[in-house]
Amino acid sequence: MNALNIQKGASSHSAYDLRDPNAQVEESHTLAVLVENEPGVLARVIGLFSGRGYNIDSLTVAEVDHTGHQSRITMVTSGTPAVIEQIKAQLGRIVPVHEVHDLTVEGPAVERELGLFKVCGQGDKRVEALRIAEIFRANVVDSTLESFVFELVGTPSKLDAFAELMRPLGLSDLARTGVAALARGI
Amino acid sequence: MSRIMTGARMVIEALRDQGVDTVFGYPGGAVLPIYDELFQQNDITHVLVRHEQGAVHMAEGYARSTGKPGVVLVTSGPGATNAVTGLTDALMDSIPLVVLSGQVPTFLIGTDGFQEADTVGITRPCTKHNWLVKDTADLSATIHKAFHVATSGRPGPVLIDIPKDVQFAEDAYQGPKQIDPPRYQPVRKGSVTAITRLVELIEQAERPILYTGGGVVNSGPGASQLLRELADATGIPVTSTLMGLGAYPASGKNWIGMLGMHGLYEANLAMHGCDLMINIGARFDDRITGRIAEFSPDSVKAHIDIDPSSINKVIHVDIPIIGDVGHVLEDLLKIWKSRGRKVNTAALGKWWEQIEGWKSKNCLFYRNSDTIIKPQFALQRLEALTKGRDRYVATEVGQHQMWAAQFLHFDEPNRWMTSGGLGTMGYGLPASIGVQMAHPEALVINVAGDASWLMNMQEMGTAVQFRLPVKQFILNNERLGMVRQWQQLLHGERYSQSWSDSLPDFVKLAEAFGCKGAQVQDPKDLDDAIQQMIDYDGPFILDVLVEKHENCFPMIPSGKPHNEMLLGDAETQGAIQGAGAALV
Repeated sequence: MNALNIQKGASSHSAYDLRDPNAQVEESHTLAVLVENEPGVLARVIGLFSGRGYNIDSLTVAEVDHTGHQSRITMVTSGTPAVIEQIKAQLGRIVPVHEVHDLTVEGPAVERELGLFKVCGQGDKRVEALRIAEIFRANVVDSTLESFVFELVGTPSKLDAFAELMRPLGLSDLARTGVAALARGI
Repeated sequence: MSRIMTGARMVIEALRDQGVDTVFGYPGGAVLPIYDELFQQNDITHVLVRHEQGAVHMAEGYARSTGKPGVVLVTSGPGATNAVTGLTDALMDSIPLVVLSGQVPTFLIGTDGFQEADTVGITRPCTKHNWLVKDTADLSATIHKAFHVATSGRPGPVLIDIPKDVQFAEDAYQGPKQIDPPRYQPVRKGSVTAITRLVELIEQAERPILYTGGGVVNSGPGASQLLRELADATGIPVTSTLMGLGAYPASGKNWIGMLGMHGLYEANLAMHGCDLMINIGARFDDRITGRIAEFSPDSVKAHIDIDPSSINKVIHVDIPIIGDVGHVLEDLLKIWKSRGRKVNTAALGKWWEQIEGWKSKNCLFYRNSDTIIKPQFALQRLEALTKGRDRYVATEVGQHQMWAAQFLHFDEPNRWMTSGGLGTMGYGLPASIGVQMAHPEALVINVAGDASWLMNMQEMGTAVQFRLPVKQFILNNERLGMVRQWQQLLHGERYSQSWSDSLPDFVKLAEAFGCKGAQVQDPKDLDDAIQQMIDYDGPFILDVLVEKHENCFPMIPSGKPHNEMLLGDAETQGAIQGAGAALV
């Protein structure tokens, strides 16, 4: 339709290729999903991801408004831009889903995750672990003569970096909450 | 003033308040209190089915032919799991259903009780939404909400799981007007900016096409009227998916036939060659698009759909319009008229010339026979002998379904019941029963294949019990015809398990059920047999012995674009020459 002078929209990809990671670059997006706090709502969200073959990289959920029966699911997902758009549309049509926000697209957001790290060791390694923990501003929440449990809050990459450093120093157990995120400003 | 009653009574009360006149169901331990209440009232007719899958398909037939939600009542455990195929079918085809299932008492949930199943868990992916009601106080509001969810936005099936103790306990009943307005309120009006943009394109387009789908039918009779007005006023050709047949009349001057894998040559070529594609309530299903990379390569695409997740799911569109088809078409017509009712008349004339060229290919041509009934011929005779009657048609799934879509013509919406998205063999017989319940005086025909029909044949008992004169028109090729066709074309003619051995004698089967049957195998006797079926005052099985190896054409093989259709007998006609011939 050259006369109309608008860009053609036909995708060059087959439906079977839409999720091919080689076809387009995968992006990581943080989504905030406000849901009615009713039984099974988390199963609906997770079932959507498994049923349609989408990725969940991290997921946290908790009630945020007790009187309003509202919970907030924060999830990190990855996919091509077309898949991310489809994920948002599919989430939006789940009946008890009230709002879907793509924090990655909608502007700057703060993202925080909490991790608990159990590091076991003696002597120099133990001293080094404590020294690195101070650099990262991690708190010691439990201590025995042969172990520490550190609590660290930060971005997922900060937690990754801390875990890497602790591994040779005796990291034995690690628990992470997944990302909680809010848009910046009002 | 609150009315205190048992949960079981609330179910009946709520159904009555929602205007329900018919329930399809099957009793069992976990729904006995509700069946006890059904027994003590006369407003709601209960249709006793023979298998719960049949109940759901009947409700689908009822819903599709009336536009009202279909209602199903089943017991816990196997009752609910038997409903799963029907729920999935209704979800794929956007049919509004409210399914009520019994559940073991709340204090037994989780103990693997007798006939316990995690019904809300099992049906979560195959319903639009579902609820487990654990407190009688919530029951009436949940039922009203369920009707709202099933019928608002993109329609679909919902399920309410009701434990037996909740049915026995008493609480206050709430009417539909007493409950809080549901939070679920999908957008109905489309963006005026987007609609105006589409109108600008309609004014200039040289080769536009209206690609319509089940969304037009679901939007209600008003939407079909507006579609007719739009097509007739602009002169744009109309094609439709399997689900949308009847929204634009087959006798209409702009009708170019069904599109898709077994669609008409002219419809598919017009889709391939158009410069403006206006998708109205269809979803770019893979049976429609064929090979995505070569799907209508030179067109600007607009998509009107009430479900935002349908937009850009498969095909990237240039002008998405999220809204109800009826509302959007009304605004579109208003804007187009206010801008002076413009179209590119000269270009449209050329476009129609091209389409007429493709039409002259006569893609539905088949070689008829004096000795064997061709399935296409059987349907042509059925069409001729039932034309002009108050007729509803259901189908099973397979070759017969595609031939029915090609050779039967529908001038009104809600007259064509078929399993499109899920392709459920065994859909047609129960669906025809559901239709006949809603339209007792109408002529209701199920066009079936022998293999599909056997899948839910127990429902003939339901038809006989309720004196429903459904006509079972079985095109019997003693094969799983579509499977056989694919094996012939794609698997080196190795016909693995696609032969129906040990078929029953359908005439004796009819007699065993207490209805009437006949068999016909000579083309000369076909008209009389069809007339006998129509005239018989009761359910009738007509066993039409047809050519066993007939293939369904035209056909777009999987993974091929629209312009690489297989034409079958039409290809060897030779007499046809035209611009389109080069494209075959």
